[in-house]
Amino acid sequence: MKEIALHLIDLAENSVSANAKTIHIRVAEDFRTDQLSVSVEDDGKGMGEDTVKQLSDPFYTSRTTRNVGLGIPLLKEQAETCNGRMNISSKPGAGTKVEAFFQHSHIDRMPLGNLPSTFLTLEVAHPEIHWVFTYSYQPPFKGSPRIYEFDDQPVKETLDGLSLTHPDVITFLRSSLEEGIAEARK
Amino acid sequence: MPTVKSLEDLKRIREEAMKKRDIKTTESRVQIVVGMGTPGIAAGARDTLKEFLNLIEEKNLTDVTVRQTGNFGLDSLEPVVQVIIDNAAPVTYGKVTPYAARQIMEQHILGGKVVEANVIPTEAK
Repeated sequence: MKEIALHLIDLAENSVSANAKTIHIRVAEDFRTDQLSVSVEDDGKGMGEDTVKQLSDPFYTSRTTRNVGLGIPLLKEQAETCNGRMNISSKPGAGTKVEAFFQHSHIDRMPLGNLPSTFLTLEVAHPEIHWVFTYSYQPPFKGSPRIYEFDDQPVKETLDGLSLTHPDVITFLRSSLEEGIAEARK
Repeated sequence: MPTVKSLEDLKRIREEAMKKRDIKTTESRVQIVVGMGTPGIAAGARDTLKEFLNLIEEKNLTDVTVRQTGNFGLDSLEPVVQVIIDNAAPVTYGKVTPYAARQIMEQHILGGKVVEANVIPTEAK
């Protein structure tokens, strides 16, 4: 994976496989504490303690088609390389939250990647999921964090059956996400 | 591209679509299915899916839906994309870069001619 955003897709796909109904992705750039943090939280079936422990083992996967699951161990290694860490909290029946923290300015930190494109991809790829995307930007010297949140529930209610891949709807989603995130970064 | 942001704008989009009968059935004429397992994502499936969305916007296609699936089990050929037109048998494409996505859209989906260079033969599956 060349971008942190791609890891977010990978984690979100895990959440989908865990039968999540709602998935909340958060990305926070904090230039005051020099930290980049990302998290994916779901209300899926969750995991027991033993499974959580095994997750950072590169040879563990719940998949049966292939024996190597690399997504989570790679993310963990990336975070730790950048003076950060990864944290998984999960309970059977209560969902899972995976968080990763990076030193923002670390020379080895992967680029965050294109967030609007990542969120748009997830949104249309899994219309059955209730998505919430939160982006927060804390400038280095002054002010409080600027937060952009996209909750797709009102959008879907308004669409009332019109496809998310209708061309005008794609334009709506794409420009909302692009402008919302750009606005927070201003 | 005009800027649209509020739910009011979205309501208008829906009304327009209703008028043009874009919501006829839940079935679309064309379904594009992109493999988004870990290998697919690592190989660039997001950018492929995004290119299909760009093309739908660009060409204003109202009868095409894009969906994802997990692993196709064809890791070395990722990104893998399946195209289903009407009731025809699905055509499976491998190594679908954004460039290949454009070819598939223009030649196969709009032109009716399969892009042979990227087709994964049935016996390889």
